[in-house]
Amino acid sequence: MATTDNAQPVGLPDERPPANTVGPVAWLRNNLFNTWYNAILTVLVLALLGSAIPPFLDWLLIKAHGLDATSQECRQGGGACWGFVNEKLRFIMFGTFPYDEQWRPFATIAIFIALLLASCDRRFWKPWFGLVWAAGLAAVAILMWGGVLGLTYVENTLWGGLPLTIILSVIGLAVAFPAAILLALGRRSNMPAVKVLCVTYIELIRGVPLISLLFMASVMFPLFLPNGVSVDKLLRAQVAFIMFAAAYMAEAIRGGLQAIPKGQYEAADGLGLGYWQKMRKIILPQALAVAIPPLVNTFISFFKDTSLVIIIGLYDLLGTAKAALSDPAWRGFYREAYLFIGVIYWIFCYSMSKYSQKLERDLNRSHRR
Amino acid sequence: MATETRTTQGAPAPGGVSFSLSDPTVRAVVYQILVVGAVVLVGWFLISNTLDNLARRSIATGYHFLEREASFGIGESMIDYSPKDSYGRAFLVGVLNTLKVSIIGIILATILGTLVGVARLSSNWLIAKLASTFVEIVRNVPPLLQLFFWYALVSDSLPPVRNALNPLPGVFLSQRGLWVPSLSASPVWATMGIAFAVAVILTIFLNRWAKDRQARTGQIFPTARAALGLLIGLPLIAYVAGGAPTALDMPRLAGFNFVGGMALSPEFFAILTGLTVYTSAFIAEVVRSGIVAVNWGQTEAARALGLPSGPTLRLVILPQALRVIVPPLTSQYLNLTKNSSLALAIGYPDLVSIANTTLNQTGQAIEGVTMIMGTYLTISLSISIFMNWYNKRIALVER
Repeated sequence: MATTDNAQPVGLPDERPPANTVGPVAWLRNNLFNTWYNAILTVLVLALLGSAIPPFLDWLLIKAHGLDATSQECRQGGGACWGFVNEKLRFIMFGTFPYDEQWRPFATIAIFIALLLASCDRRFWKPWFGLVWAAGLAAVAILMWGGVLGLTYVENTLWGGLPLTIILSVIGLAVAFPAAILLALGRRSNMPAVKVLCVTYIELIRGVPLISLLFMASVMFPLFLPNGVSVDKLLRAQVAFIMFAAAYMAEAIRGGLQAIPKGQYEAADGLGLGYWQKMRKIILPQALAVAIPPLVNTFISFFKDTSLVIIIGLYDLLGTAKAALSDPAWRGFYREAYLFIGVIYWIFCYSMSKYSQKLERDLNRSHRR
Repeated sequence: MATETRTTQGAPAPGGVSFSLSDPTVRAVVYQILVVGAVVLVGWFLISNTLDNLARRSIATGYHFLEREASFGIGESMIDYSPKDSYGRAFLVGVLNTLKVSIIGIILATILGTLVGVARLSSNWLIAKLASTFVEIVRNVPPLLQLFFWYALVSDSLPPVRNALNPLPGVFLSQRGLWVPSLSASPVWATMGIAFAVAVILTIFLNRWAKDRQARTGQIFPTARAALGLLIGLPLIAYVAGGAPTALDMPRLAGFNFVGGMALSPEFFAILTGLTVYTSAFIAEVVRSGIVAVNWGQTEAARALGLPSGPTLRLVILPQALRVIVPPLTSQYLNLTKNSSLALAIGYPDLVSIANTTLNQTGQAIEGVTMIMGTYLTISLSISIFMNWYNKRIALVER
């Protein structure tokens, strides 16, 4: 019988599992050499990595020049020239912001990172946290522009580097979010005129590349405005980003709206709630919770896309790195420059995507039950 | 009958027109009038400003400038083009270049992405980790940065033309790009093209006949092998019958550059590599999630029915996985096409870059931007229509 087969003999110590099913050897056998083709692939990949990684590490660290190396020393050969990044560090990070005042963009970055990190904690997802954000943004505006509290005024044409990248993406997102909610609601509205307008807007923006919107911002916006009124380049780029982000976020929110079962709408109607009450109290809280992971993904691609402002002549992180490379003394050290800013972009985007995955798991857990 | 009832219910009560804002229908109409009115008002404001500004700067509107002489050179073109040609033709060159890099990019990204996506699911730990490292690095770095990197890699790290690398006879690699030998012109190529077209038509008929026969008799015809034989065999026969020409057009150094052969410019290389690598990381994720979405029980059920592993994949797994894969894949194709506009930043003459030059030379900002947007909308719509048609073909047929 089955029970007698499973019965443990009393008094005997537990037997260790066979040696070929546990331990590193078994792991190798199961994960790297489980079939003949996997064995061949493993060997090939190991050979490839063995030929690529040591020279790369050599270049990156072992043969690399120190942080104080000059370009003459670097040009004599050897590995990476970190002296370049060291010398241009503040230009790449903060652009042409006045040198003595560069603690201000630094503080801006710190404020944004603190706000973003705090926003990751779901305990802070309360209405009052919006006020914290507003205070943070006000502090950022004071720090970047100055002109009050004894800070010297800095024109926004001098802004650049990482603060510009973060400002473009965060402000763009913050302004586009309410617009995106309205667009998403409009797209699902019963009113044909509103629906057609929203669908046209969303599909038009999603059908064209961001560059064409930036072009529009840089060459067409000046024509749209009454004579004598001019808007500076940064604000025009920001408007283009907001228009772009609103369309993509509207689609993410629409996905959330579609996930809400019809019963929720009917229940709200049954309680006698009006349209806006129904949306604000019943539908949107649920729909936005579902839409958060796609919204975070939109934000990631949006963060990467801010690098396109280089095309209309703004110096974000990629723009300053490129400008640093055009210094004749340091021409040709593009590997170091691109690796450096690539790592910065990567840290931001990777942490956000990990966070979005975690959030998706958490939200799914509450949905599954 | 039904309509009549509805009209009587919806009609205002006899004896007076009821017009109350508490009636949802009336409210909806009022809202819509307000919204449309606001949009029209804003539009009118912008348009009147624009016309005013254009008049002030004395810029003529309209597309007549397209017929004027462009008088700028274009680095690479698939059709004959010289600076004496019109702006319209220059724009056409740009559209063709965009299509070229998008189509090749879509094909390569699909292949690379599928490989990486399957590799992420490999039972081989090393390969799975390598593939996921690739995806995580590539996805999280801006595509423009990657393009700059690839472009700098070619234009800064490769030797100048005079010291071009010559890894294989006839293959030259330099800052100016890659030159490879091309096949000399011969009538055989045209014959081979016709043979291939005939093979495609035959394959379609063969497929119909085989399906019909299977439906009637249950016998399976090895369509895939026969089609492969036709598609390769017929052009091969045409090639041999034409005398199997082997003459090659070798690139050679003349003056400051190579002539002859087939050239791959550094700009084209950079934009193609950048787009392919970047998009393949996203396609890999799409493919992986599609495969994971098919329940393992499906494989077991197919095995239990006695299907060998090939038909299991072809008849059971893939049709279900594709249903999950195709919609997000479509948006990746659209993204690749739209991202090809980044070519502007490295100087590949795509349509945005040529429209940019045009609008700088002529001052026709509005026309230039609308042409860019119109072309991309057309391309995007065509891709979505094609992919929607394909998606409908493979969609689950439900009750």
